[in-house]
Amino acid sequence: MRREAPRSLADYTPLFFPGLMLVVFFVVPFSTMIAVSFFKRNPSGFYTPDFVIDNYARFLSAFFGGVLGFSLMLAVLVAIGCVCIGFPFTYLLTRRSRRVQTLWLVGLLSVLSLSEVIIGFAWSTLFSRTAGITNLLVTIGLMDKPVALLPTFGAVLTGMVYQALPYTVLVLYPALVRLDPTLTEAARTLGASPVKAFFNVVAPALRNTIVATLIMVFVFALGSYLLPQILGRPQHWTLSVLITDQAIYQSNMPFAAAMAVFLVLISLALVGMTLLVGRRENAL
Amino acid sequence: MSGLNINAVTKKFGNFAAVDNVQLNVPHGTFVCLLGPSGCGKTTLLRMIAGLEEPTSGAVVLDGEDITPLPTHKRNLGMVFQSLALFPHLSVGDNIAYALRIRGASKEEQKKRVDELLTLIHLPGFAARPVTQLSGGQRQRVAIARALALSPKLFLLDEPLSALDAKLREAMQVELRQLQQRLGITTIVVTHDQREAMTMADLVVVMGHGRILQAAPPIEIYRKPADAFVADFIGITNLLPAEVDSAGRTTILGTTIPGLAMPEGLTRASVSIRPEDVHLGKPGGSAITGSVSFVRDLGGTIETFVEAAGTTIVAVATPRERPDVSVGAKVGITLPPESCVVLGS
Repeated sequence: MRREAPRSLADYTPLFFPGLMLVVFFVVPFSTMIAVSFFKRNPSGFYTPDFVIDNYARFLSAFFGGVLGFSLMLAVLVAIGCVCIGFPFTYLLTRRSRRVQTLWLVGLLSVLSLSEVIIGFAWSTLFSRTAGITNLLVTIGLMDKPVALLPTFGAVLTGMVYQALPYTVLVLYPALVRLDPTLTEAARTLGASPVKAFFNVVAPALRNTIVATLIMVFVFALGSYLLPQILGRPQHWTLSVLITDQAIYQSNMPFAAAMAVFLVLISLALVGMTLLVGRRENAL
Repeated sequence: MSGLNINAVTKKFGNFAAVDNVQLNVPHGTFVCLLGPSGCGKTTLLRMIAGLEEPTSGAVVLDGEDITPLPTHKRNLGMVFQSLALFPHLSVGDNIAYALRIRGASKEEQKKRVDELLTLIHLPGFAARPVTQLSGGQRQRVAIARALALSPKLFLLDEPLSALDAKLREAMQVELRQLQQRLGITTIVVTHDQREAMTMADLVVVMGHGRILQAAPPIEIYRKPADAFVADFIGITNLLPAEVDSAGRTTILGTTIPGLAMPEGLTRASVSIRPEDVHLGKPGGSAITGSVSFVRDLGGTIETFVEAAGTTIVAVATPRERPDVSVGAKVGITLPPESCVVLGS
C-alpha cells in the first residue's frame, strides 16, 4: 500500500510518543554508557568523569580477546545448530495439516514463555548424574552407570540451542509456508529423490532467508550470559558474563561499559549485514 | 502393449471420489487432453500418472510395466506445472540441465543438451539468463524444455498455458502441438479450455465428477457428443427438447422435423444442434417460427439469438451468408436433420 508522505509538522504527531520513549529509555541510557566507558575508575568509590581510553586498551589483552573469540564461536555454533535442526523441522511442519502445524507452533511458543533461569535449571537437572537422562540410558542397558553431563561445553550448547530454536522456527516459518510446493514436485519429476530435492531446491531457493536466520540467532546467542554459568565451566563463560562480573562484582563500571559498547558495535554490524541481505532478497 | 494404460483407477479423499474408476488407453505418441470443469478430477488423474498422488485402487501401466508402485523420480517423465515451478535460484540453462545434473551427466553433455533444447524452444543464447528476468511466454518455454531434457517416455502438462494472455496462449497451443508431433512423445495435457483441447489433441477426454464422460477425437466430440454435458461443455450448442407425436413423427418446439428419426422406444429426448448448423430464412413452410431477440455482430461471424416457443436458439453465420435480420423480425428456423444429435432424455 502506498501512502501520502507526511507534509506538515502535525502529520508527525503520532511519532512523538514513541520517539520520546525511545529517547528516554534507549538513547539517554546508551549515551550514558558510552560516556561512562571513557570515565576513570575510582577504586574507593565508583568512577570519576574523565576522558581515558584505558578501558578499551585493557580489553585488547589475550584474556579478553580469548573470551570474545569464545563468545563469537559459541554464538556461531548455536546459530548453525539452530538452523540445521530448525530448517528441516520447519520444512516438514509446513507440509502437515493446518491443525498439526498449529499444535506444534503453540508448543514451540510456550517455550518462549520459559525464563532463561528455568531453562538453565531444567537442563542442569536433565544433565545431572543423580536425576539426569543418563539414568534412562542405564535402565535400557545402553550405559553401565549414570554420569554427569555438566558442566561441559556440550551442555552449554544444548541449552542455548534449545532456547533459540523457537525463534529460529518462527523466523523460518513464513518463508517456508510461502514456498511453492510444486518446486519440490518439479524436482521429483526431474529425477530427484525427496531428500535430494530438499537440498537441491528448497535450501538454495531460501538461501537468503537462511543467512538472515543465522545472523539473527547469532546476535541472540551473543547476549546470553546465564546458561553458560549454569551449564558450563568458567572457561565457557561468554563476554556477557564478564561484563556482569565487572559491573556488579568488581564495581568497575567504566570497563564493563567499554566491553558492552564493543559488544553492541559487533551486534550492530551484524544487524546491518542482515538488512543488506534482506534488501538483496527483495530486489530479486 | 505400448503406450499408457490407466486401469480402473480410483482416488478417494475421505468418502469423496475425486477420480472414480477411470479406464483409459493412450497409444504411444498420442496427444491427449483431459478436459473438464474445475473439480472434475482431471488434475488428480494427471498427478496419479506422475506419481505425485497415490491411487486408492487401480493401476497405471506404461509400456506394459506397472508403474503404480514407483516413486515419481523413477518414472522417467517430464511434467510442466501450472505455476511452472522454475527454480528461482538457477539460470535458464541450469534449470533445463537440472535433470541431467541429478543423473551425473558431464558438463559438456549438459551444455550440448541445453543448447539443443534452447534451439527447439526458439530461445537460443538464453542459457545464462536468470529465470526471474523472462517474460511469461519465455518462462513457459523454459519449463517445457526442462521437462523434455531427459527425452521422457511421458510428457505431462497441468494447465500449462493458463497464466498467459489470450493471444500468446493461442500461439503456444500451436507451438506445443507442433513440438509434440516433431518429438512423437506421448503427451497428456490437463485443461479447462475446450478451444485449447480442440487445437492440440488427438484424443479429447471429457471428465465430469471424477468419471470419463467421453473419450474421442476432437471433431467427433464436437459432432457427436455423448451426452448433454459434453455437448454443452464443448463449444456452444442448442439443446432442444424433442418429442415423437402420435403419428410417429419427431417434433421440436411443436414443429415436425422431417427426416429426423428418434431411436427405437424413445418418445422424449434432448437434441443438440450447433449454432453454425442452424439456418435462418423466411418464416413459413416446415420452418420453426421465431423472433430475433439479439444480434451479436463480431465482424468475422454473426450470432443471431432467436426466441421460439419460449426457448432461445443461437444461429451463427458468416457475413457472406448474412441473414438479413434485425431485432424483432420474424424468421423461420430450419434444423437440418443430419446435424441434429439425439442425446436421450
